[in-house]
Amino acid sequence: MERIYADNAGTTPMAAEVIETMTEMMKNVFGNASAVSSFGREARRVLDESRHVIAESINAKSDNEIVFTSGGTESDNTAIMQTAFLRRNEGRHIITTAIEHEAVLKPMAFLESQGYEVTYLSVDENGIIDLNELKDALRDDTILVSVMMGNNEVGSRQPIHEIGEIVSESNAWFHTDCVQAYGILDVDVQKDKIDLLSTSAHKLNGPKFLGFLYEREGLNLKAYLRGGDQELKRRAGTENVPAIAGFAKAVELASADKKELREKFQNLKKKLVEGLEHQGIDFEINGLHDGSELPQIVSLWFKGCQSDALLTNLDLNGIAASAGSACTAGSLEPSHVLTAMYGKDSPKVSESLRFSFGRYNTEEEVERIIEVLSKTIKRIKKGR
Amino acid sequence: MTDNSRIRVVVGMSGGVDSSVCAYLLKRQGYDVVGVFMKNWDEKKDSGVCTVTEDYQDVAKVANEIGIPYYSVNFEKEYWDGVFTYFLDEYRHGRTPNPDVMCNKEVKFKAFLDYAMELDADYIAMGHYAQIKRDDDGTVHLMRGADQNKDQTYFLSQLSGKQLEKAMFPIGGMQKSEVREIAKKAGLATADKKDSTGVCFIGERNFSKFLSEFLPAKPGKMMTFEGEYKGEHFGLMNYTIGQRRGLGIGGDGKSNEPWFVVGKDLKTNTLYVGQGYHNEHLYATSLDATKLSFVAPIEDRGQSFHCTAKFRYRQKDSGVTVNFNDERNKVEVVFDNPVRAITPGQEIVFYDGEECLGSGTIDHAYQNGRLLQYV
Repeated sequence: MERIYADNAGTTPMAAEVIETMTEMMKNVFGNASAVSSFGREARRVLDESRHVIAESINAKSDNEIVFTSGGTESDNTAIMQTAFLRRNEGRHIITTAIEHEAVLKPMAFLESQGYEVTYLSVDENGIIDLNELKDALRDDTILVSVMMGNNEVGSRQPIHEIGEIVSESNAWFHTDCVQAYGILDVDVQKDKIDLLSTSAHKLNGPKFLGFLYEREGLNLKAYLRGGDQELKRRAGTENVPAIAGFAKAVELASADKKELREKFQNLKKKLVEGLEHQGIDFEINGLHDGSELPQIVSLWFKGCQSDALLTNLDLNGIAASAGSACTAGSLEPSHVLTAMYGKDSPKVSESLRFSFGRYNTEEEVERIIEVLSKTIKRIKKGR
Repeated sequence: MTDNSRIRVVVGMSGGVDSSVCAYLLKRQGYDVVGVFMKNWDEKKDSGVCTVTEDYQDVAKVANEIGIPYYSVNFEKEYWDGVFTYFLDEYRHGRTPNPDVMCNKEVKFKAFLDYAMELDADYIAMGHYAQIKRDDDGTVHLMRGADQNKDQTYFLSQLSGKQLEKAMFPIGGMQKSEVREIAKKAGLATADKKDSTGVCFIGERNFSKFLSEFLPAKPGKMMTFEGEYKGEHFGLMNYTIGQRRGLGIGGDGKSNEPWFVVGKDLKTNTLYVGQGYHNEHLYATSLDATKLSFVAPIEDRGQSFHCTAKFRYRQKDSGVTVNFNDERNKVEVVFDNPVRAITPGQEIVFYDGEECLGSGTIDHAYQNGRLLQYV
């Protein structure tokens, strides 16, 4: 069975160029970047070059503002926990949104248990916050505002530039979880007045267990993982230099193709939506579909069909899509994002699927998805 | 061998050895096998330790060993509405329900069956010790499992022929020891896993404690039918007719025989106790039952017929005469010999030889025509 991967917001396959770079590095550059030896210096050079590529990709002022981490989760945790710790005497109020990733929401919940106050901004039906609500929520003791750039479940984008402007006039720092948007959107931390930004390499055809946290110069966050003095004392642990070189390669690929990729994804999405309409499937798009959203993600509500049954049928036909996150017993949890958008009693919460495209998807694959999905939905409805 | 590869069988996998071997055998027979784990209980609903995560991990391990896809489906709502609500309600009425019977009727052979059909299944398979016989005309008969010690038809007795039409019980013709042997030889991760003994949602934990998290316990008096006060009970729902444990009454000089629950009165919140395993209040000669359900049509047996019956799981069969009322929605069942500890809320399951005919839910027990005070 030909398999189709349409779950690129979950993770992406590594690009051949990335694999090649990493393989070369693993063979030839194995030194410890902190070591005083020619081996160490070789590794250090690769590390510095990679860091430079990445710093440029988000228009950071200095390469030193990039701290490599184990991925999006560590970046989010570090930004939130270490800001809260460092600024605990300036204030204990934090603002975030109801639709953040768990890697943001769980640290927030922990901080609440430690006496911090967290305001969760609501979102409208399109999954977008209200800037006035943000303005009203900001206080003198607000130390951090954490708002994701693009949502992983429905693809909604937040007005990052406006948020940056608003937050920069307050005492708070501005963190954005950029995991889903990095490599797709143009990111400019200076223009958008971003203080902290999290990314993950495996969402843009890079290696897993790797990401970075952008920390604006002058924040002076303390290390979350303590130990050796790597990453200018901001993240202990020997750097995975081959993977970091692969990450830089993935960023280069993305930077070069971003515009074309965005067009490609919009076209695939349009094809999927039109194809399903043509088949007479009763569905709605969750959130916006006007080009303002993340182009690679589309969340669809299939009226009267449970997400788990659809997802399983797709998988039995070799097609990978997604429907929120699974609990430890494998069954789907109601999506907090769709709940925030439509309320917990909306059927959309349990009857939606997410398709997310990547650089290797083709139009033929989308045609096959339309065919299998339509057949499945018609069969399920007929069986009742 | 016949080509089964175009026949899709969705196996209910619990993470135990029985359903693991089911999936394994079907895969070996060449079926298109899909494993599905049912999550029926939200562990956040009570304070107990739930093994659902470990069980699902075992499903994943076994499915990967066998080489089949596996999934999980959430039936918490179906279980809550169809099984647990009924379960609590029965306890509230002083009866002793059987949630496993309801789970089969409302979840495994209803919600799960429907779900499997949505997955384009031709059959569903379960790891029950029971067998199915299909007549040429399509009539389905439920037969006892070959392992008489493990036979689970008691729990399947409320299913209709329609619910069993698409069911397979691949290990129903085997002994438990054979099942374990197959699992060991195949190297399945669950080969040595302990059998679960508890009700699916309660698991191995303390039953009274569990129940008290959902129903307020109302303590009251323990009395003999002769009117003697014997102490306090901690809520009628914690006691079953014929039970010995947990009464805390010592010998009283007259007799050293142990004390048993011999009756209940919900209206006065009284628990009746009496001495001796063979206490006369524990023996009934007939009962009546409603909520009747039969696997195959039984009209041709007439208004009245003789067969055997079980009044609880794993009990030996007893000879009984079944008398239907005119509407055929209630039966009076007269025993060949008196039966001890008939429990309202439990099923009375009817057998004809190896065939499980169906069952009803016990409402009242009688001793020579006199109603026994059991509820």
